[in-house]
Amino acid sequence: MTALARVAPSVACCPAASRRLHACPVRNIAAVALRELREAARSRWFLLYTVAFAALGLGVSFISAASGGGSGLAGFGRTTAGLINLVLLVVPLMALTAGAGTVASDRERGMLAYLLAQPVTRLEVLLGKYLGLAAALLACICLGLGACAAILAWKGGGAGHLSILWLAGLSFALALGMLSVGMLVSVMARKASVAVGTAIFLWLTFVFVTDLGLMAGVLAMRLRIEELLALSLVNPLQVYKMWSLHAIDASLDVLGPAGLYAVEEYGSRLHLIFGAALAAWVVVPLVVAGVIFSRRSPL
Amino acid sequence: MIRIEGLTKRFGRTTAVDGVSLEVPAGDSVALWGANGAGKTTLIRCVLGLLRYRGRIEVGGFDVRRRGKAARRLIGYVPQELGFYDDLGVAEAVRFFARLKGVGVGVGDVDAVLGGVGLAGHGRKRIRELSGGMKQRLALAVAMLGDPPVLVLDEVTASLDACGREEFVSLLTRLSGAGRTMLFASHRVDEVTTLARRVVVLERGRVAAEVPAAEFVGYLGLGTVLHLRIDATARERALSLLRTSGFAPRLNGVGLYVPVPAAQKAAPFRVLAEGRISVEDFEIIAGPAASEAGGGPGAGRMGDKEDRS
Repeated sequence: MTALARVAPSVACCPAASRRLHACPVRNIAAVALRELREAARSRWFLLYTVAFAALGLGVSFISAASGGGSGLAGFGRTTAGLINLVLLVVPLMALTAGAGTVASDRERGMLAYLLAQPVTRLEVLLGKYLGLAAALLACICLGLGACAAILAWKGGGAGHLSILWLAGLSFALALGMLSVGMLVSVMARKASVAVGTAIFLWLTFVFVTDLGLMAGVLAMRLRIEELLALSLVNPLQVYKMWSLHAIDASLDVLGPAGLYAVEEYGSRLHLIFGAALAAWVVVPLVVAGVIFSRRSPL
Repeated sequence: MIRIEGLTKRFGRTTAVDGVSLEVPAGDSVALWGANGAGKTTLIRCVLGLLRYRGRIEVGGFDVRRRGKAARRLIGYVPQELGFYDDLGVAEAVRFFARLKGVGVGVGDVDAVLGGVGLAGHGRKRIRELSGGMKQRLALAVAMLGDPPVLVLDEVTASLDACGREEFVSLLTRLSGAGRTMLFASHRVDEVTTLARRVVVLERGRVAAEVPAAEFVGYLGLGTVLHLRIDATARERALSLLRTSGFAPRLNGVGLYVPVPAAQKAAPFRVLAEGRISVEDFEIIAGPAASEAGGGPGAGRMGDKEDRS
């Protein structure tokens, strides 16, 4: 009798084989999320992003704090500006590529069909993947900005802790929005390479093209100030930048006339407006991704 | 246990499955037989709810379209090629899929599950370190988690060597004998006749015939041919002895081709043993290969070649 045949009854009669638990969507979502988090932790790219983000953040904090001669608030202002720009570059790239790779690469490897052949729903799989990657991004942001906070505390006392918390929270919100966009790309793409390529193209669009487009629009089409503000709200990176500055400095002077107009016109309601704009970037692409994912073949 | 009514699946202008209706009662074992593109795998994917389709499929009374998750809780599925996460550890994979299936597993349980498919001691390995046969065994272990009443298999032995195939089929024979319902696709006559009670023959997405497994070889009109390797000095005498006993052997370069009824493969050996002629090696050839080697009438529709040498 062969080895496999000999042990067959023990497979069927294994205690685990008959100890069923109640079907629970939350448990399935958690299982997929945990697996996704582990895969992210093992991914070389993700680790590289995290290390680069932390190292650059440390560099920005250290140089800003040192050039301020250790004076807490002034040094912190420069550090904040540096960190906001760093987040604007690194976090969207990280979230977009992570989201874009997840479903498409599983489909390409044949894993998606096998996963969906198990007693899980497509919504559970999509949410699990989303939450797992969100947790990985949160860890990355906390690590990067936590290191910056440590440098600031060492150089200038505790003046900027609340601001760092704001920055971390807003960075995470931006990451969630970009992750949703990445997952939308992922469910639509047949190949992982196409999905990641599209994600990088979108990142370039968000980071560079829209800034240039706004400038061109102002000059060529003579956009009014409220139109300029409305257009800025379409780009999640602009929303993040404006919200961060508003939350930390309570002023948008640095953004010029559009910033001044926004503060004068909307005042404290700006938090709500920025929050709604970023929430839309989180929810809308994710819902569309869910609808497409539920209809498309996993093969 | 599985009820399929008017199942139709189209890919663009191609109709992969065309109005198939099929019922697999609890404890029954049904093989899907057909050439590549006949619709076997598409039908299985529809049963698993992986593809959108027209018609109705129920597993254990659950509509696959509306209550797919509940239906899949009753199914253990083994695909043709396993798409596990390569970076996952073997034990980790078992725990992951157990969680998805709602099965509580402790450390000892994982060891028992792995030991049950001959993977004891491999729990710490990464999946990418496993051979194709080991991956299939892992897939079977995962499929059996929760002791599902239905097994759905899609050409599971296609990537296995002869030894691995025999082990796998032997294991499945035991499992199907335990009152489990089985629906599987296969290209191999021996698998079908061993595992199935009924064979559904698909042609271009339609059910061409339903045949009891015991009559399947006859239905296909397959002959079986023995290829016997016999020492050159004894070949002529062997030829004569076999002819005298009612066989129609013919010589080839290194031995004899002997067409035999499928259920009487041992008869030529008995004749030769009585004549004190030793057989050095042999091969059983069925299907198209048997037709080419001088097998039964109608051979060549579908089939395979078993390499026992």
